[in-house]
Amino acid sequence: MTDAATLDAIKKAVTENDVVVFMKGTPTFPQCGFSSVVAQVLNHIGVEYAAVNVLDDMDVREGIKEYSDWPTIPQLYVKGEFIGGCDIIKEMFEAGELQQLFKDQGLVEA
Amino acid sequence: MAEVAAKMEAALTEALSPSALKITDDSHQHAGHAGAPDGGESHFTVEITAEAFAGKNRVARHRLVNAALSELLKTRIHALAIKAKAPGE
Repeated sequence: MTDAATLDAIKKAVTENDVVVFMKGTPTFPQCGFSSVVAQVLNHIGVEYAAVNVLDDMDVREGIKEYSDWPTIPQLYVKGEFIGGCDIIKEMFEAGELQQLFKDQGLVEA
Repeated sequence: MAEVAAKMEAALTEALSPSALKITDDSHQHAGHAGAPDGGESHFTVEITAEAFAGKNRVARHRLVNAALSELLKTRIHALAIKAKAPGE
């Protein structure tokens, strides 16, 4: 079980950043191919985002899986809402849906 | 079929009655990287078509697959790529 303080910290990260990705490594030095793909997609779209490196904190690494009942990392959140993991982000990007989501939320120029 | 893949196939078949199911072991592409267990059978791609996905969004579809594989995800599966379709898509 994840303690309340960790879940609070996750909730804070998710609500205080319009776009936040929980990933292994950092956007500059991703430590996992799936995390790398999500960072590359976000970089390509040019949206500002925060990145949380779950490898820095074992509690967050496990807690984020509980938080959204999603067993894998990376995880992308936009305006507090869980959007998906690597496959979903890739599919949404290829379909233009992710770009549209950011436009609709006013996070990139329309 | 290798042990973990066979268990995945059984679990997905029971939970979702797929009309098409393909499980690919991608472990060789990740051998030796941080967190990859020895012996392979850790990284998989699941391509699955099932009636259960009709009318559901991507997150809901992935949740169904993840739920069916929850025990294996906790123990054996290190990474899972999912392509989930409803019949006719």
